[in-house]
Amino acid sequence: MKRSTIGTLAVASTLLTPIAVSAQTEVHFWHAFTGRLGELVAAQVEEFNASQDDYVVVQSHKGNYSETLNAGIAAFRAQEQPHILMVFEVGTATMMAADGATRPVHEVMAQSGAEFRPDAYIGAVNGYYTTTDGDMLSLPFNASTPVLWVNRDAFEAAGVDPDMDLSTWQNVGEALTALQDGGSECPLVTAWQSWIHLENFSAYHDVPFATQDNGFAGLDTELVLNGEAQVAHLTAMGEWAQEGKFIYTGRRNEGGANFRAGECALFTESSAGYAGISSEAEFDFDVRPLPYWEGVGNAPQNTIIGGASLWVMEGHEDDEYTGAGEFLSFLSSSDVQASWHQNTGYLPITAEASDATRLSGFYEDNVGTEIAVLQMTANEPTANSKGLRLGSFDQIRGIIDEELEAIWAGDKSAQEAMDSAVERGNPLLRRFEQANR
Amino acid sequence: MEKRVTFRGWLLPLCLIAPQVLVSAIFFFYPAGQAIWQSLFIPDPFGLSMQYVGLGNFEYLLSDPYYRASFVTTAIFSLLVTVVSMVPALFLAVVADRLIKGAGAYRTMLIWPYAVAPAIAGVLWLFMFNTRVGVVSWYLGHLGYDWNHVLNGGEAMGLVVVASAWGRISYNFLFFFAALQAVPKSVIEAAAIDGARFWRRFWTIVLPLLSPTTFFLLVVNVVYAFFETFGVIHTITSGGPQQTTTILVYKVFSDGFVGQDLGSSAAQSVILLVVVGALTIFQFKFVERRVHY
Repeated sequence: MKRSTIGTLAVASTLLTPIAVSAQTEVHFWHAFTGRLGELVAAQVEEFNASQDDYVVVQSHKGNYSETLNAGIAAFRAQEQPHILMVFEVGTATMMAADGATRPVHEVMAQSGAEFRPDAYIGAVNGYYTTTDGDMLSLPFNASTPVLWVNRDAFEAAGVDPDMDLSTWQNVGEALTALQDGGSECPLVTAWQSWIHLENFSAYHDVPFATQDNGFAGLDTELVLNGEAQVAHLTAMGEWAQEGKFIYTGRRNEGGANFRAGECALFTESSAGYAGISSEAEFDFDVRPLPYWEGVGNAPQNTIIGGASLWVMEGHEDDEYTGAGEFLSFLSSSDVQASWHQNTGYLPITAEASDATRLSGFYEDNVGTEIAVLQMTANEPTANSKGLRLGSFDQIRGIIDEELEAIWAGDKSAQEAMDSAVERGNPLLRRFEQANR
Repeated sequence: MEKRVTFRGWLLPLCLIAPQVLVSAIFFFYPAGQAIWQSLFIPDPFGLSMQYVGLGNFEYLLSDPYYRASFVTTAIFSLLVTVVSMVPALFLAVVADRLIKGAGAYRTMLIWPYAVAPAIAGVLWLFMFNTRVGVVSWYLGHLGYDWNHVLNGGEAMGLVVVASAWGRISYNFLFFFAALQAVPKSVIEAAAIDGARFWRRFWTIVLPLLSPTTFFLLVVNVVYAFFETFGVIHTITSGGPQQTTTILVYKVFSDGFVGQDLGSSAAQSVILLVVVGALTIFQFKFVERRVHY
């Protein structure tokens, strides 16, 4: 009953999207960006539309990541799907399993004749969206990786040297104590707790998050995030939370507001926080690599990406796919990628865009912006650090969030909470396996 | 003499009832039937394939301790929302009923919050109690109380109850107010002449005369708390912390639309349908006995 309502809404809003010229072939593109990012996407679309006369890309914002995915699924069921749908990395397994609903990007590109060189893309980024045979299924659009943001002014106000070594959690722990002693009321805050403190934590320390190579090797995967390394980290974080050194603000990126307002000294957040922080922060800030525990696992291995990729949906006309291919090719072009990377802090998806940015001197002028790229590409990814491919992962993240909240509130020990997360998450993986047999 | 108005023939009554039957069939029976059908399958999100699992979805749900706990959460939540939305509404109606000057203005103001959509009401309350910029949480902080509904389950429950009940107070006020106007003045005057004071008159005369309205509102408010509050919960807590505000309907929404698990979501709708049906039958069978029409 509710589903059909949402489907209708999705359809209605598509129909209401202003349509400028009708003689050209339309390519609909649904995305999840608002604010500054939304403006940048709109600008890219306008630039593409102005660059040629055959196709018009119509972009529409469909809510946050989860809502955009839902709108796409509901529209597909109502046979009103867009040509291009933005899906966050968490929805990757869902989309991959949906044979018949999506058309792999490598096929779209081959059919459209648009320029496409699979080897141009950075492996650590597109590996997340590629089959084991190396066929690209979706085009990485915005990819980021977590880093440590430092409010230098807050360090100085608390009498702590802002240039101190913050590469390990051991050192960060000392810094937090010093900051608190120096009067800081918010030494550490985080965004996306599960993504940063469990998913990336596991990859960075080269310990498994789930069996079967984190789900890359098969649907019969099980969570193993209650391992020794993860529990030790969360125990430390839990203690910091109890002592008032780590302030919990919410499951998404609520903590960004605290950090940008200058209240917090340290902030673990996506490298894509750059757009907001650089425009709003009225203090000196620094970007550092994500800290790791010295002596745990193989840290520092490499961090993994978050963000979204663009999926091409099935069920449209051939010339529309040609248009979609042209647009995706345009998005991958070096200039577009380089400016996207520099404006947003998202990772460049091609090596060319990365080189162009380096040559332009952007990294020297904006210290720290290269950290994310280096941290991602420092080591050849292992089975534990290629990424995650788990079904129902949005829900599993919800479970993890709940269990983490129990740790921060002091209701559960880290071990109890993670054991419970495993126990609650595995049935969801089994259901996903069953639904996609 | 036959007092009832009767129709001659069948055609006209059928035509008159047809729109309602049609609306119920399309918007209620058909989707409800579909939900029951879907609850027997595990489909993939895109509707490309589905597997018959019999009662597997129900088995899966009822073996989940968090799902079972959500029944208790729902009971607490519905009870609180019903009480918090009805008691102040009755009080306000009684007070507004005695007004002589400016009654219209007061009434309009009291009805106003009903115009606010649940999700927007949720955002409003969330802003006031936001742990960082909220006005109320700031004052509480000054009074030495550390408000944090993000981590504290009790506070989260309190907040979603108040946010859900707030707009509802207006709705209930409207009905109570209308019912109060219908209480015959002669009965009250007679009681007053007999020496009954205001509160005595209220308890012994007004309240019993209001009982049909109270009963109607009880049913309607329970249904509201069960079904229409998920917008508030979605905006304020998303069911957290640790599922303390995950009521049944919110879980239907989050499993279906966030988790894309339509089989489980459909099974939950069926369970919810049964629960609310049973509750309504209970209310009509047992509570209605105490109602005087």
